[in-house]
Amino acid sequence: MRYEAPTSTREAIALMSGAKGDAYLLAGGTDLLVRMRGEFIDPDLVVDIKRLPGIQEIRKTARGFSIGAGVPCAALGRHKPLLRAWPGVVEAAQLIGSDQIQGRCTIAGNLCNASPAADSVPALVAATAKAVIVGPGGRRRLAVEKIITGPGATSLGKGDIVSAIELPNRPPKSGDAYLRFIPRTEMDIAVCSAGVSLTLGPRNVVKQARVALGAVAPTVVLVPKAARAIVGTRLEDDALQRLAAACEAACSPIDDKRGTVEFRTEVAGVLARRAAVIAYERARKKR
Amino acid sequence: MKGIPVSTTVNGDDVEFVCDGRETLLDVLRNHLGLIGAKEGCGTGDCGACSVMLDGQLVCSCLVLGAEAEGREIETVEGMADGEKLHPLQQRFLEHAALQCGICTPGFLIAAKALLDHNSSPSESEIRYALAGNLCRCTGYDKIVRAVRAAAGDVRRQQKARARRKAAAQN
Repeated sequence: MRYEAPTSTREAIALMSGAKGDAYLLAGGTDLLVRMRGEFIDPDLVVDIKRLPGIQEIRKTARGFSIGAGVPCAALGRHKPLLRAWPGVVEAAQLIGSDQIQGRCTIAGNLCNASPAADSVPALVAATAKAVIVGPGGRRRLAVEKIITGPGATSLGKGDIVSAIELPNRPPKSGDAYLRFIPRTEMDIAVCSAGVSLTLGPRNVVKQARVALGAVAPTVVLVPKAARAIVGTRLEDDALQRLAAACEAACSPIDDKRGTVEFRTEVAGVLARRAAVIAYERARKKR
Repeated sequence: MKGIPVSTTVNGDDVEFVCDGRETLLDVLRNHLGLIGAKEGCGTGDCGACSVMLDGQLVCSCLVLGAEAEGREIETVEGMADGEKLHPLQQRFLEHAALQCGICTPGFLIAAKALLDHNSSPSESEIRYALAGNLCRCTGYDKIVRAVRAAAGDVRRQQKARARRKAAAQN
């Protein structure tokens, strides 16, 4: 196996697009190395992106935040402006694994690994996050929900590299939240999960909302109907009930020992409700 | 197979080694550098027995490639004691019998040190969260948590003594 750690993006793209055999990108390695060691994959080439310029930085831009693909999730929580603007995204990213894993795992990797249960992805989808993709065709931005096409499958082409995840600036009175169900308090994979992002208008009425669910379908699902259920409301009980019902209707989960179809479906609605309430309180307390 | 030459720093010493692309940092520490403190429990990042510090960040060395260590700074359990003088965590683990077979101990020590280095007054709950990535199958966790709490007290006393000495030197 060849290991390369290019220091220019052009070199990284050339290595990936010119690779014969199986080539993989290495960011935090917390999924890739497990699959290598478990002999689920047998790479001919591994391209470590962590030495690319800017890849380990969280930058404040005119549009919002740009989180380099090599930034470990632990660093998100240490970035105060990001934590203030997007607490839901940060809490989702920080639910992944132990402190040891947090020191390595990345949100770009969590996205590209394309697990239906990826913790950061529902929060990113709710947040209208975009992936910055560099590749043989140049540079482009794509909504994160357009990246994942199925369990373990993405829309990325040969030589494409997600170099950063972008989060927009927040209008005033905005909040987000992410909740997951696991049968213990730490170190587990979501049985189901929900991310909610919303913005309040005059008199604290919800002006805009996005609701996304994890681990209840082959990909993370955006549920526009759930968002519509709370827009124009102050999260009164009936609005929350409609939100939960819309979420339940959007679920098509698997049935396994970690959760039955009925359980995942019902709990997804409950989590979406609770996440909406947390996001609302966060928005209300902001100026 | 062509080896990858790597220059790195381990416990403050410059170190050079040649590794295969597939070898993990844990393989390198144990098989090339003779540092057998870090252990392989699971090889999948679940048990924390291979915990080391990489550029000041706690990581599982089984999930880091050896080649990634180029130009980085690695700290292992072998660098924890100051010569013959044990680190407070090591001393308190002994006093509290916070180990039986010892396989998990280097990982616990490194993870607990990572916690105390930025928070010398952790609550019990903070200790348990900080050590959630380390599994022990012998003692249960209570003795380990008690040892870490006691060591935190030692670290705080050391910090106070250092501050007093510094203040005295300035006067």
